[in-house]
Amino acid sequence: MDELLQDFTAETRETLEAISGELVAWEADPTDRARLDAIFRFVHTVKGSCGFLDLPRLGRLAHAAEDVLAAARDGLRQPDTALVSAVLAIVDRIGELNEAIVAGAPLDDSTDDLLIAALAEDAAPAAPISGTGPSRTVIRSVRLGVDLLDRMMIGMSDMVLARNELARRLRDSAPVPRIEGALERLSASVADMRDTVTRTRMQRVETLFAAVPRMVRDSAATLGKNVALTIEGADVELDREMIELLRDPLVHIIRNAVDHGIESPAERRAAGKAEAGRLVLSARQSGNRILIEIADDGRGIDTDRVAAKAVAAGLHTESEVARMDEAQRARLIFHAGLSSRDTVTDLSGRGVGMDVVRANIEQFGGRVELRNQRGRGLTLTLQVPLTLSIIPTIVVGVGDQRFAVPRQAIEEIVSLTGGAVRIDTLGGRQVATVRGRRLPMVGLGAVMGIADEATRALVIVSTRDGDYALGIDAVLDSEELVVKPAAPAVMASGIYAGQTLPDSGLPLLLLDCSGIATVAGLRFGLAADAVAEAGAAEAPGIPALWFDDLDGRRRAIALAVVDRVESVAAEAIRWSGGRLHLALDERVIPLVAMGDVPVAGEVTLLRLTDGHVELFYAVAEAQEIVRLPAAMAPARERTGIAGVVVIEGEQVELLDPHALFAGEVRAPASRPLCHLRCDGTGWMDTFLRPVLEAAGYRCTTAPGGDESVAVTLAMEELAADADVERLVRLSRRPLGPAGSGSGDTAATVYRYDRAALIAAVAERAGRAVA
Amino acid sequence: MNRKLFLLAYVADRWVAIDAGDVDSVVDIGGIVAVPRAPGAVRGLAALRSRVVTVIDTRVTLGLSPTATPRRAVIAQIDGHHYAFLVDALEDIAPFERHPLSAGLALDSGWDAAAAGIVERDGEPLLVIDLKVLVPAADRAAA
Repeated sequence: MDELLQDFTAETRETLEAISGELVAWEADPTDRARLDAIFRFVHTVKGSCGFLDLPRLGRLAHAAEDVLAAARDGLRQPDTALVSAVLAIVDRIGELNEAIVAGAPLDDSTDDLLIAALAEDAAPAAPISGTGPSRTVIRSVRLGVDLLDRMMIGMSDMVLARNELARRLRDSAPVPRIEGALERLSASVADMRDTVTRTRMQRVETLFAAVPRMVRDSAATLGKNVALTIEGADVELDREMIELLRDPLVHIIRNAVDHGIESPAERRAAGKAEAGRLVLSARQSGNRILIEIADDGRGIDTDRVAAKAVAAGLHTESEVARMDEAQRARLIFHAGLSSRDTVTDLSGRGVGMDVVRANIEQFGGRVELRNQRGRGLTLTLQVPLTLSIIPTIVVGVGDQRFAVPRQAIEEIVSLTGGAVRIDTLGGRQVATVRGRRLPMVGLGAVMGIADEATRALVIVSTRDGDYALGIDAVLDSEELVVKPAAPAVMASGIYAGQTLPDSGLPLLLLDCSGIATVAGLRFGLAADAVAEAGAAEAPGIPALWFDDLDGRRRAIALAVVDRVESVAAEAIRWSGGRLHLALDERVIPLVAMGDVPVAGEVTLLRLTDGHVELFYAVAEAQEIVRLPAAMAPARERTGIAGVVVIEGEQVELLDPHALFAGEVRAPASRPLCHLRCDGTGWMDTFLRPVLEAAGYRCTTAPGGDESVAVTLAMEELAADADVERLVRLSRRPLGPAGSGSGDTAATVYRYDRAALIAAVAERAGRAVA
Repeated sequence: MNRKLFLLAYVADRWVAIDAGDVDSVVDIGGIVAVPRAPGAVRGLAALRSRVVTVIDTRVTLGLSPTATPRRAVIAQIDGHHYAFLVDALEDIAPFERHPLSAGLALDSGWDAAAAGIVERDGEPLLVIDLKVLVPAADRAAA
């Protein structure tokens, strides 16, 4: 029988025993309000649990009784003898069913309807139902107070210490084999006992998660949604008390996710998502907290709507809301009465109480974090304290001190003696290179201010912000520890997650690896985030070719488009028909480039194909094949660039093959060359060149070579000998209406009239192409 | 007469009185594990039966040099944590009447904060020390 059900049956039996006296008293005096309340509470609890445990038959009985009792409490019905016996019959049946569940025996349900019918106001007194009553099975479970468990734990620890001291004393005296044998037996049973006692408090978070799949399934089915649930880390252990405290908030959040977060299949299709919504429930330990994460890929929180509601409810003013960032707006849902949804549903009501959820979690020292991605999902993280959680740790030594490091934070431990690790000093900081991976290094001794003998091993620590190497002297032990918070003055140093008393009898501090990184001044920048992002987008991305483009940028293109990479002589590339072409094997193939194509030597080309049409794309150098991350920042109106992705911490522009094949990308040779006739002041180079280059021209101050100059720009007084067809004269003074006469083909433009200048250059460049 | 029980302790070369109601027990302390980066007044952690106690070097809190060899300590529970306050010697618990500090009495900085009154032993005035004040505050530790 599953643990939840076992708890339920035990509790029901216990309450039934407790209220049996009330039942009798109520029967004697049906108007007794206190008795009525007690019985109402009982059926109400049973009803509540039945919904959760999926016991419809019990639930129906309890529900019917609850309705009648509620009516009696509200004075709508007179609690007469008929009502009392009808309710008592139901309570009896609940008891019978409960025993049947425990025994796993079926119970005839033909009379349930009769019992319920008997509750009706006009019902004839029900015939007493005779039954032999099922035999009572013994439940192998008892309920204990947490206080008692606490005392057991303390007693146990004292026992361990006493055993240790006894062992020490015995070691000091002459060995007596028989006593030693006895001590060994004692040790073994103490260790066993300790495990058992510890386990009484701890429970795998599994018990908390066990009811979730069913709940998600049922909720989703009610709403006509399709939800794929993934549960991770169910083996993390948590304090029993904590599990109980987490139950309601978790149910709440999951219902919200299914009801409000995940869209209907039709909406999801329209939004380009898979029809089945994803809901990921995970638990992990991080430092001195347990993190329970509920992530969905639904619509997220509509922050605008929440903000508007906050204003409407008078919680914030318009201007306050306007100043908030997205995260702050999303956090508004923790205010009472602010739901992001307007519709009320059976399932979760009107965004019921994220405020209540938060209050519940914070009550026992936890925290609720929220990461909202509008249209893409919502992730809620419940951080709950680790108090009395058992953590597997590695005990490390620095100098003459020892510390425990949570094993969960440790990626690996590498020894410095093997030569596989290299430590360098970069800009005053130590950097460790482990198998080609470069990590910032922190000497634990240095952070602690302990003179360490010599760093002999590195603990590769992974924190939420990034990974680093922690230099230690020695790995001493591996222990499972019951960690408790240390005194505030100790915790405030920021590098400890708690304290514990291991078998050695000497207190041991548990390190907070993130805290150490902070104290050591490590800053994990974009690169670390990018790696995390890439890791988060678990589906392997599409392969792409990463190359250096002609304009010096790093770009990538989907590998599927690339036929092959070729090298051709620059002479084969010709400017013809208004664009670049490559003459190859008697064929002429269009060529696209985003920079200046070299005019001599070899040119590296990507041969692109869409299956029918071929296209060349000139690059500086092809680099390597990479996997594209799922996340891409769309490019802002840059033709030919689909967006920017982060590959290995570097921003890379992703080419848009569609635009390339559609001929939207202008070849660079169509960027006409402007000759700037300098007057020696440098004005043209400094002022004019950037303007022209921004407008898509290339500039030179010394024309020559193969390229013809499309436009010449010169100051008025130096323009005399130029080809008027291609000349733009610049005036130092604003021109009157007469001055810009259209009759003059060699236009004169005031040099700071940007619009006129660009227009004049464009006109002449157009002539040159034609 | 309103007499209360006080524990007399020899701390930093003088006798002081500690409200016996604040004291859990009096122990011989040993095996102190240092806590790097903690405030100076935190001598370290020690095991007391199955409990970990934070050892406070009372001399440091009072602005004096650290205790040379920790031997005896007064155990008190403050805000849910157990602390061991190092003392040099202890005398019996005895009832005394607490008087307010004499007006205008200026004490050394460390003593000033910790002093919570005066009791008289055979005519000799002794300071009453408030253990809560001796616990280094968390925010001070961060500095």
